[in-house]
Amino acid sequence: MKQYDVVVIGGGSAGLAAALEIKKQGIDHVLILERDAELGGILLQCIHNGFGLKVFKEELTGPEYAERFVQELLEMGIEYKLNSMVTKLNPDKTIEYANVNEGFVKISARAVVLAMGCYERNSGSISIPGNRPSGVLTAGSAQKYLNIDGYLVGKRVFILGSGDIGLIMARRMTLEGAKVLGVAEVLPFSGGLKRNIVQCLDDYDIPLYLSHTVTDIIGESKVEKIVISQVDNFVPIPGTEKTFEIDTLLLSVGLVPENSLSERCGIILDKKTKGPVVNESYQTNIEGIFACGNVLHVHDLVDFVTEESRKAGRSVVRYLNHELNATNNMINVLPKNGVSYLLPQEINLSNLVTPMDIFMRVNKEFKNAEIVISNGDTVIKRIKKKHLAPAEMEKFILKDVDLTGDMIDINVAIEVQS
Amino acid sequence: MIEKLICIACPMGCHLEVDVEDDYRVEGNQCNRGVLYAKKELTNPTRIVTSTVVIKGGIYRRLPVKTNGEVSKKLIFKVMEEINKVEVSSPIKCGDVIIKNVLNTNIDVVASRSM
Repeated sequence: MKQYDVVVIGGGSAGLAAALEIKKQGIDHVLILERDAELGGILLQCIHNGFGLKVFKEELTGPEYAERFVQELLEMGIEYKLNSMVTKLNPDKTIEYANVNEGFVKISARAVVLAMGCYERNSGSISIPGNRPSGVLTAGSAQKYLNIDGYLVGKRVFILGSGDIGLIMARRMTLEGAKVLGVAEVLPFSGGLKRNIVQCLDDYDIPLYLSHTVTDIIGESKVEKIVISQVDNFVPIPGTEKTFEIDTLLLSVGLVPENSLSERCGIILDKKTKGPVVNESYQTNIEGIFACGNVLHVHDLVDFVTEESRKAGRSVVRYLNHELNATNNMINVLPKNGVSYLLPQEINLSNLVTPMDIFMRVNKEFKNAEIVISNGDTVIKRIKKKHLAPAEMEKFILKDVDLTGDMIDINVAIEVQS
Repeated sequence: MIEKLICIACPMGCHLEVDVEDDYRVEGNQCNRGVLYAKKELTNPTRIVTSTVVIKGGIYRRLPVKTNGEVSKKLIFKVMEEINKVEVSSPIKCGDVIIKNVLNTNIDVVASRSM
């Protein structure tokens, strides 16, 4: 059985950044396993601009962002296998994968990086009403058809869900000559970045129906019409129905970290993020298995994925160099009032490299609020925020002075200023 | 007159309040890009245009392209018409000029990946 120092599962933005960081820190035998025909992951179909402002201090498209990492990877001579599907990850850090050239192969690694990204929720995951005609597909599928294969999937389009991919596709299909009739969002606020509401919907006069959802899909073999209704706390309000004649309904209703391999391996997942529970070193409950990027929690920006994956890569190197202390004495980072999740979920103070970024999402919109971080009853810090929204990931920094040896738990809550 | 804008210069999405009469004085921005964006957005709004062109002999059938600078919002659909006329052949390198000086804007349409 072939032995590697590190096997990275997934060659998208997270896997590329982690592998590069690990190699740069002096670890030689690194392998990336990628199931697609190219490295780069979902960036390759995200042909719009807006990537890289943080990492490269310039605005790039998705393919450009990916290409910079792939170039560097080639220059550094990092080994990778394409069209290679990992079929099983075992707790002893052996990995089984398959591809056309090698057949079924089992390899072993001293450390594993989970970088499988996420998948789109589809019509099966949102109890969508009405018939099951063709013409109902996820925004990301439509994006791949259009940007990679050159097929416009429809001419009269409605979009359910205001996630960023849906907003990006509203603009993209409009530019290619489709008529996008509207976007319905069941929540009273958008699930996408505000800049995408402006530059993808407002720029093209595409209406956004907040607190609305699709209540009927009509059509035999092909979708013909949809009905949307206003909702009150998810319940459709009778008499508010609007009908649209369409040939395509795109779904942009959320992303879920892709953890089928992790789950079968016995890795504990967080109920909220749907990604592994990790500590300050991005290590999962199984020693030597680390996670970063969208497999861990869904990020707003690839730049954040890159930064997180570089940090995870440095932790992998510390682990291989026996610099990470194992301990059961963990501080829990706990979401309280107004907070949906925090990441990492656990901190081992003896391994903490400060300043440490803690990522979080709120569970609803807040105005003029404070993020309150406390240790037991003692407030560590308060951070004022004019706007907080679930669609926008927040982060705060823990420094040495914030931390003491006798810490119990770190609680994070949102307080609205009166 | 105060205009309210959301800055699209970066993903922060700052809520800007722009005093048009006071030489587009901006509040709510977190960096200087917000000041530049506000004035431009209220006088001559511009955008980067990204799309694809047909490519022969590549691993895929479409090559992603972008304008290498912002063009006037009014020209976006005209730029798309120009982009849709183009067909290229592999190999292409990221940054290769696909359309020089599109619609006399002094902006080029360039490949946004190698293929």
